[in-house]
Amino acid sequence: MDKIKTLADLKKIRDHVQAKIDLREKSENTENMVQIKVAMGTCGISVGSKETMAWFLDHLEENGIRAVVTQTGCMGYCSYEPTVEITKPGKEPIVFGHVTPKKAEEITQKYLKKDELVEGILPANYDTIEGIK
Amino acid sequence: MSYKMHILVCGGTGCRASAGQNIIEKLQESLKEQHLDNEVQVIATGCFGFCEKGPIVKIMPDNTFYVQVKPEDAPEIIREHIIKGRKVERLLYKDPERKTAVSDSKHMGFYKKQLRIALRNCGFIDPENIEEYIGRDGYAALAKCLSELKPEEVIKEIKLSGLRGRGGGGFPTGLKWEFARKYQADQKYVVCNADEGDPGAFMDRSIMEGDPHSVIEAMAICGYSIGADKGLVYIRAEYPLAIERLRIAIRQAEEYGLLGTNILGTGFDFTIEIRYGAGAFVCGEETALIHSMEGQRGEPTTKPPFPAESGYNGKPTNVNNVETLANIPVILTKGAEWFNKIGTEKSKGTKVFALAGKINNVGLIEVPMGTTLREVIYEVGGGIKDNKKFKAVQTGGPSGGCLTEKHLDTPIDFDNLIAAGSMMGSGGMIVMDEDDCMVAVAKFYLEFIVEESCGKCSPCRIGNKRLLEILTRITEGKGSMNDLETLDNLSKVIKDTALCGLGQTSPNPVLSTLENFHDEYVAHIRDHKCPSGQCKALLSYKIDPKLCVGCTLCARNCPVDAIIGERKEPHFIDTAKCIKCGTCIDKCKFKAISVV
Repeated sequence: MDKIKTLADLKKIRDHVQAKIDLREKSENTENMVQIKVAMGTCGISVGSKETMAWFLDHLEENGIRAVVTQTGCMGYCSYEPTVEITKPGKEPIVFGHVTPKKAEEITQKYLKKDELVEGILPANYDTIEGIK
Repeated sequence: MSYKMHILVCGGTGCRASAGQNIIEKLQESLKEQHLDNEVQVIATGCFGFCEKGPIVKIMPDNTFYVQVKPEDAPEIIREHIIKGRKVERLLYKDPERKTAVSDSKHMGFYKKQLRIALRNCGFIDPENIEEYIGRDGYAALAKCLSELKPEEVIKEIKLSGLRGRGGGGFPTGLKWEFARKYQADQKYVVCNADEGDPGAFMDRSIMEGDPHSVIEAMAICGYSIGADKGLVYIRAEYPLAIERLRIAIRQAEEYGLLGTNILGTGFDFTIEIRYGAGAFVCGEETALIHSMEGQRGEPTTKPPFPAESGYNGKPTNVNNVETLANIPVILTKGAEWFNKIGTEKSKGTKVFALAGKINNVGLIEVPMGTTLREVIYEVGGGIKDNKKFKAVQTGGPSGGCLTEKHLDTPIDFDNLIAAGSMMGSGGMIVMDEDDCMVAVAKFYLEFIVEESCGKCSPCRIGNKRLLEILTRITEGKGSMNDLETLDNLSKVIKDTALCGLGQTSPNPVLSTLENFHDEYVAHIRDHKCPSGQCKALLSYKIDPKLCVGCTLCARNCPVDAIIGERKEPHFIDTAKCIKCGTCIDKCKFKAISVV
């Protein structure tokens, strides 16, 4: 290890490591961040949800989007897999169907960046436990 | 490449004692089996504070909080949570009131009221990796001081922040630094007091285990401010994990050039050495600590001269406690003004407390000064175990006192606790319920003091011994009402005349219980009764002849043959022979035996 000789050296290490532990920082403040859940049931995995998830994990940063990408179980839309649920801060979650990496790119460019809706939104067909008063 | 998921496993002493290390190995094994070891990173962190339910495993990014994890659970966590994205329900924390599983630590009552400054990195970074600390703005404060601020300006900032010593006394830290700076000498020292001695307190240990670099950075900043190039950490040898982490941290800081000569090219030199203590309570007192480091007996000397003038080897020395130091880097990066907004008028910032005793969430917490005892005990601490009635809370260790129901709404800060007859101390908080006898509690603390008194001054050496004798007499039912007056007088004399802080505060547990639980003392003396049923000498066991069926089980199990009676006839206890061990109560199937 080379010694840290200047302030700039220290900052360089900090920025480098920050990217690595960013995942933990983000997890502590999920409310202010885009949350992306990729359905990873058997149905989803068989039609490529792993590639979709990998796309999000690898490409969001370069698009300047701070998001928490997690996996979840089957959401019940098996015929529309891979499905992805996206929650923007302060907004209702939206579920997109048939999200291939290509579609993921489109969602990122339009919905995430410009708030424009894209084709392929699935209607919510259930109530959540929290939703029942 | 960066990992897509992080699994944080608590690597503090508490969780390691419950096979925490084993969990890490098993998780890594399972990840390898599933070929996920390049995508998921397992990190051993410092203490999460929720020791009651350890070992803790936290999964990021979904912030899932698993409690009481066993090594055999590892494959299931990987298979279910990591691969399939399904949380392992049975390992989630259950909200004790609503009986529902809470997956996210932010929704746990334990964390809601907490504000973690000194513990900011505990349970978040890998303490054995300096880069993770740097990634959390570590050493930025040191860099800022060395490159932008004059030593006087650093001291001014610390003074402005209102930070007070977290080791017990609450002396303003900035002022202490200023004194040490004032004295001219060819050599000065910065000492970190890691001789944590209060029974039940373990915050300093956790900080050193979970975030050792914060202490190192702060010591270097202090060295720059007061003009010292040597730092010493005085730590008790019974903290092996903390020592190991500290050594690793010092070595890494040296390798990275953050300790040593010409730090960051500014010409500032600073090195740190570790000194081991044998674990004597009095060595937490700064003059005794210094003598112990010099190789002499750990005995205190009168102040002045203060260590700032003549300390280690007769040179100006600044001694700060671990938790105090852990606050320093944050104050300098975020600014004194930011720190000043937290807390009460005269006590700024937060305080770490070690919750212990009859409380649901035993563990380490950090709350802003001014939080009430009620909030700490009932909200963060989750209330009293088994729904029993709260009786008292002991703060400040052997130097503190017992606070009662009427103090529950007191906002906690240095001055309020002293006004209430206790003190902040290092932050141990022992909660007692209706089953605890307060005379016995006072006796317990005095036993500790008598054991730990260094013997140099007579008020402490002889006075405390006499106090203990009187208390022992009372718990045996042999006390007289005059004893109460003697206790009170003698306590006050010790308070006024003892040499050091240990002696001066040692009668506090007696004085506070005398004041708050006078009735219990009277019950022991006049009625020969211990209301909580704790003092053995005042108890007697009795068999209810109506309930006893004469099964002989108790008689056969009594170790001293104190129970007599024929088969199928009610039995009797010979109270002269009975040693009150309680075996008969445990054995009786008919609940016929009781304590009166």
